[in-house]
Amino acid sequence: MSDQTIPVSGSLQAAYPERGTLLEWLHGWIVTVDHKKLGILYITYALFFLLVGGVEAMLIRIQLMVPHNHVISPEMYDELFTMHGTTMVFLVGMPILFGFANYLVPIMIGARDMAFPRLNAFSFWLTAFGGLLLYYSFLGGFGLYGMGNAPDVGWFAYAPLTGKSFSPGHNMDYWALALIVSGFGTVGTAINIIATTVSLRCKGMTFFRMPLFVWLLLVVSALTLVTITPLTAAQVMLLLDRYLGAHFFDAQAGGSPMLWIHFFWIFGHPEVYVLVLPAFAIANEVIPVFSRKAIFGYPAMVAASVGIGFTSLAVWAHHMFTVGMSSAGNSFFVISTMVVGIFTGIKVFNWLATMWGGSITFSTPMLFCTGFLFQFLIAGLTGIMLAVAPWDWQLHNSYFLIAHFHYVLVGAIIMCIFAGFYYWFPKATGRMMSETLGKWHFWVFIIGFHMSFDTMHFVGLLGMPRSIYTYEPNRGWDTLNLIITIGAFVQAVGVLIFVWNLVHAYFRGKLAGPDPWDAWTLEWATPSPPPAYNFAVEPEVRSRRPLWDIKHPNDPDWKYEQ
Amino acid sequence: MCGALHAQKCSTAIVNMQHSPSPSRIRSGLSLALCLCAPALRAFAEGPDSIPNTFAPASTPTHEIYNLSLFALTVTGAIFVSVAALLTYVCIRYHSRRSNPANEPPQVYGSLQVELAWTVIPILIVVVLFLTTARIIFAIQDQPEPANALNVTVIGHQFWWEFRYPSYGVVTANELHIPVSTHQQPEPTFLRLISADVDHSFWVPQLAGKTDLIPNHPNESWMDPHEPGLYLGQCAQFCGVQHAKMLIRVYADTPSDFAAWLKNQQQSAVNDPSVAAGRHIFESQACMVCHTIKGTRALGTVGPDLTHLMSRATLAAGAALNTPTNLRAWVQNPANFKPGCLMPAMHLSNEQVDQLVAYLTSLR
Repeated sequence: MSDQTIPVSGSLQAAYPERGTLLEWLHGWIVTVDHKKLGILYITYALFFLLVGGVEAMLIRIQLMVPHNHVISPEMYDELFTMHGTTMVFLVGMPILFGFANYLVPIMIGARDMAFPRLNAFSFWLTAFGGLLLYYSFLGGFGLYGMGNAPDVGWFAYAPLTGKSFSPGHNMDYWALALIVSGFGTVGTAINIIATTVSLRCKGMTFFRMPLFVWLLLVVSALTLVTITPLTAAQVMLLLDRYLGAHFFDAQAGGSPMLWIHFFWIFGHPEVYVLVLPAFAIANEVIPVFSRKAIFGYPAMVAASVGIGFTSLAVWAHHMFTVGMSSAGNSFFVISTMVVGIFTGIKVFNWLATMWGGSITFSTPMLFCTGFLFQFLIAGLTGIMLAVAPWDWQLHNSYFLIAHFHYVLVGAIIMCIFAGFYYWFPKATGRMMSETLGKWHFWVFIIGFHMSFDTMHFVGLLGMPRSIYTYEPNRGWDTLNLIITIGAFVQAVGVLIFVWNLVHAYFRGKLAGPDPWDAWTLEWATPSPPPAYNFAVEPEVRSRRPLWDIKHPNDPDWKYEQ
Repeated sequence: MCGALHAQKCSTAIVNMQHSPSPSRIRSGLSLALCLCAPALRAFAEGPDSIPNTFAPASTPTHEIYNLSLFALTVTGAIFVSVAALLTYVCIRYHSRRSNPANEPPQVYGSLQVELAWTVIPILIVVVLFLTTARIIFAIQDQPEPANALNVTVIGHQFWWEFRYPSYGVVTANELHIPVSTHQQPEPTFLRLISADVDHSFWVPQLAGKTDLIPNHPNESWMDPHEPGLYLGQCAQFCGVQHAKMLIRVYADTPSDFAAWLKNQQQSAVNDPSVAAGRHIFESQACMVCHTIKGTRALGTVGPDLTHLMSRATLAAGAALNTPTNLRAWVQNPANFKPGCLMPAMHLSNEQVDQLVAYLTSLR
């Protein structure tokens, strides 16, 4: 395992040890402290919850397909949209991205494992049990008779609806405790990534020779430390309110519901960047390799990422333009939010410049990254529209807002995650995913995506608010909602193709070899799958693209990089 | 449960009768196409319509928001077209034609001039957009209240709206009547927004952007409808099980209509001896604990004021049309229309319900 640091001669070809019996195999996964196995565990766990959250979304869409629909009760609907949001952010988005980080950060910097392998395992199991605790509420809330009471107050859980007087059951307790538990896991991983990046870089890998992937994960981890803390603090305050008669948020006793809104969004906005920066990280690796060019403007990309990290801490109240802040306060958050647009603009232009003059192959990872670029452009521009505070007074909490953040979370982040899967699956398993199925996956998914989420903008402009379990038939929303629901089914088909591709490739995929994409970063210098210790000998690098230097000895990068 | 579902379907049918389905289907189909083009959408949505379209402003603040949104759309639209064109061009032009994979394209690592350009240009765009936005924020939010403004206190409840007119001693629910405000005779309405329980948000897209109602945090908003008519909206902040059926109807009345409405609302309830039995039930059951009927012993403030119940077009914050049939179904079991709402079923006998409904329908 991780302490197996002595290079064994000839062991470069060795993959994982023989499986042995099922029990030994299972035991191996449960007690592992290997960053690669933990990364795979994170990703598998997140994939499972992606399907669960997806089913919840489908049920929501079936209910909203036609006006005055009765498929799902209002109580059940509220549970579904709350669990859908909480699941996708805390049990899918963060674990899957931390899974990629766990797997890739040590290999990319030429290390043998994370800085604290045991903390790493502990963090994963905390996150995993947090998810189970949240879902146990479906059974445990009222006892074991089918629909218990899952959390039903929205993933933003605005006080005082979460107080004992309005939510008397145990659903809020499950919600608060689950997020505290998984929050501790997240903080552990963040500390680990920072420590690994700072102290375990291989010989020659200065900060400015790190792959952008690692840079972005470093920013994300720093951001995580800052943002999870207020969330955990708010959950503790909520539990104190509910059980020890504190009055932080309890309006009837003079508490302040505004306090929760501030705490939640001081967490909630940077959280968006915690999710989207790893997606950028994936694009930063995929786009150059498939354009056959070095990333354009590396220092600017690093600066923009760090800039986004800092700026994201000062934009939270753009979720609060409707709560009645002063006009000066509103104006401040307009300008701080628009500044984020400048940084992300730099990134988009740098990606385009990387592709410019390149020799682009549209393999599946690159297809998804191209889709990401297009959708992220739109998501960024609707973000600017929402930052125009007076317009936000109309758009906030309407389906326009839902469309905007699904454009970010699905159109940008999930697209990059898919790209990451197709790109690194060969590294992790030694087998290629099918290109044909990959292309089907891409086209089916992207058609469904645009059917659903483009249409959502329009229904929002026509005044449809979020979180409603049904709507009136005479508002001009009927046809649009039907289109959204059909689009959701099309996306579901896309995801099923993807899952089938994963399973099929795992058992039957073509053998990949160590470097199927002719790429340049260190993870492609080890066998696929890499041995437990990653590298038999500590690598030494002289530039940002060590494998380019090896492949082009006459024209190495280190001649040009400053 | 079966009965409840049946009653709910009845109410749907009744609502549908008022708005024949085919024009509404045409409308929603059209709206998709027209949303693509804001000015066209606006022209289409003007006039009497039930679509709470944000692009069909009908008051000063929403007009200002609308103009600002067109400006922002133009700027972001221009950015979209240029960047998307660039992306398309790059994808087509630089699609790989390498015969020999060993031939890598020339490597370019960056360019200070180009990067400076695409940093500075967005900064300039942001500055312009910010200044325009800030001007409108101040113009709408810091609008001084004229002396002749109508003041209304809006109180959000789970799951209905209470409207109080402090200068006139009028209290009503779910249907807000305000005067039209014309250029010749401006009379804006200033709303004070407070909450009785949890967070809500007051949103009538054609009249004003949304403002939240937060306990212990009074807010303000204002609107001045230019044309008489009915404007629809609903609660825009999740507030519990029946958040979806917390609808708002705003009637912008001509000055004479508004004066007549106020005059009627100021009266005590009609006291019709022929329905005394129903009134007795109301006053002897728990009804009076939650509801007020001016001129009777019922002084409750938990539920809507029913003094002039029949002056309202809908029941239960818009969950059903206010017809005697619906009223009966509602009183018998409120879960017929709003499962999870806070009004309990009183388990009255059929005869008692008949008498009670007869009394309630006399409250004009």
